[in-house]
Amino acid sequence: MAENSDNNAYWSANKRIIGISLVIWFICSFGFGILLRPMLAGIKIGGTDLGFWFAQQGSILVFLVLIFAYAARMNKLDKEHGVDE
Amino acid sequence: MDQFTLNLIVVGATFALYIGIAIWARAGSTSEFYAAGRGVHPVLNGMATGADWMSAASFISMAGIISFGGYDTSAYLMGWTGGYVLLAMLLAPYLRKFGKFTVPEFIGDRFYSQTARTVAVICLIVASITYVIGQMTGVGVAFSRFLEVDKTTGLLIGAAIVFFYAVIGGMKGITYTQVAQYVVLIIAYTIPAIFISLQLTGNPIPPLGLFSDHVGTGEPILATLNGLLQDLGFSEYTKQSDTTLNMFLFTVSLMIGTAGLPHVIVRFFTVPKVSDARSSAGWALVFIALLYLTAPAVAAMARVNLIDTFYPNGTKAEAVTLDAIQNDEALDWVRNWETTGLLAFDDKNGDGMIEYNASAENELTVNRDIITLANPEIANLPGWVIALVAAGGLAAALSTAAGLLMAIASAVSHDLIKSQINPSISEKGELTAARIAMAVAIVVATYLGLNPPGFAAQTVALAFGLAAASIFPALMMGIFSKRINNKGAVAGMVSGLVVTIVYIFLHKGWFFIAGTNSFTDADPLLLSIKSTSFGSIGALVNFAVAYVVSNATDEPPVEIQELVESIRIPRGAGAAVDH
Repeated sequence: MAENSDNNAYWSANKRIIGISLVIWFICSFGFGILLRPMLAGIKIGGTDLGFWFAQQGSILVFLVLIFAYAARMNKLDKEHGVDE
Repeated sequence: MDQFTLNLIVVGATFALYIGIAIWARAGSTSEFYAAGRGVHPVLNGMATGADWMSAASFISMAGIISFGGYDTSAYLMGWTGGYVLLAMLLAPYLRKFGKFTVPEFIGDRFYSQTARTVAVICLIVASITYVIGQMTGVGVAFSRFLEVDKTTGLLIGAAIVFFYAVIGGMKGITYTQVAQYVVLIIAYTIPAIFISLQLTGNPIPPLGLFSDHVGTGEPILATLNGLLQDLGFSEYTKQSDTTLNMFLFTVSLMIGTAGLPHVIVRFFTVPKVSDARSSAGWALVFIALLYLTAPAVAAMARVNLIDTFYPNGTKAEAVTLDAIQNDEALDWVRNWETTGLLAFDDKNGDGMIEYNASAENELTVNRDIITLANPEIANLPGWVIALVAAGGLAAALSTAAGLLMAIASAVSHDLIKSQINPSISEKGELTAARIAMAVAIVVATYLGLNPPGFAAQTVALAFGLAAASIFPALMMGIFSKRINNKGAVAGMVSGLVVTIVYIFLHKGWFFIAGTNSFTDADPLLLSIKSTSFGSIGALVNFAVAYVVSNATDEPPVEIQELVESIRIPRGAGAAVDH
């Protein structure tokens, strides 16, 4: 039973990390790249605005950071909960 | 040496390399054929996933589409990379822990239902065949140009090579060949981009060049391009013309489609550990990002160069003369592409000039799929660069076509025949069935590729919509919910696939046969939602139906709930088992 409740705690922690990551994921692509682009129109970069940069380059860089951060965080979590391989 | 001979030598040399590796690593047993014995390092696996992933759509087609669509087409860039975040967090580690060979196998076991498995096979085949049609379009473009034949002949030659190539090797052959293909394609994509970025902006790094100043005008290159386009009556490159709704839904569809495509998911079955599945997704995206960060630079710069070619003295002066197009050596490429039928010019008003603009008097049509391949020629780069790009385009198309054909073959032989029709089939019989399935898939895709429903990347986007609407929701709910049962999953997949495919057929013609459509993407059935974006709506339908039906029927048996708990925990992921 103890193992079960720890597994549940592990899963909740994992879901929380995923939740936070996906909020960042959404804001940097759908947000800055599409929905919030008009709000960023004032910030100029290389002949266009920051929203265009996020849509064509910035979002991709953020995705990269997110995946490696998630992988590192999960490796730590696996060890903390004793579920690593 | 002329360009044609040079193309043949470079393309021939890269092919010899791939086929050599395929023969060297030729698959012996069924488990090697499907999943390469799971001994692949995350970095190499990431590189192979990159080659598998970046197809004719990314390499040949995408920059061209962006080049003509500007900001509106950013969905391709965000969508085809952002899906890896979903893969790494929502699917890959758990599917690796589950430890079987194919996606339908997971769906069949998790939803304790042969029907669910069969429905998953059908979803997988529909999405993969659509995807292969897009690849065939790209292969046709590449072969027609470098063999200097018309596009139909190019397509038929390409199909024959894909067939030979995919059928002799299995996954293992494909994994190592794909590493080689990645190297070829990324070099081929970046070298011309560096040359062109240097020419236009003086910056040797194309992604930075995109936001630098144009050496001619002294203004940022994007501002310069906006100006040129305005002069010719086109809409500005950085301006949004599409509706926000469609752009949003299109990006969603491409992202979740990425996470639902079986040939990408199976890649994560081949890593040794669950933690490797997470980092493999990251490595895959590193190698993919190298091309995806370069693509928008290629797109914008190609458009600048294209306009410069047709307005050598600026867009405010007179256009290029017909005489120059027919005789000028620097414009060889225009005549070469005209041979393929993918570029056409016609001096309609008889003024001896070829005018390119947004009006009805436009005299030049350029197929968007030729932009990446023609790019080094437009910029007058050396012959070896042109040959290299042809080789890279073919590497991209071949590697993905082969990966998809593998996914189709294993679905048919493993998930249909072995598990349901004839469980006592021998290993040899299973491999034969797999090869026959590949052959049939190639024939169907080639036939439909003769009159494709769109440019390569657009056809591929349809495939993503189908995967988004059918497979992704079933996988995600199977992992994140213990309550979704067999009936809910089947009803969800069927309704998601059906609404999406009907919407696509209504806009693109039934079974992609031209002329049988009732609507067009310019004036779609629902609001401003184009057929390429509908996968996200299909996915919503899938989630909703699965939820409602599951809650109205019995909850899954205890052993299934235990299975779900076990795949959520990394510990205990052994080697994959066949059954």
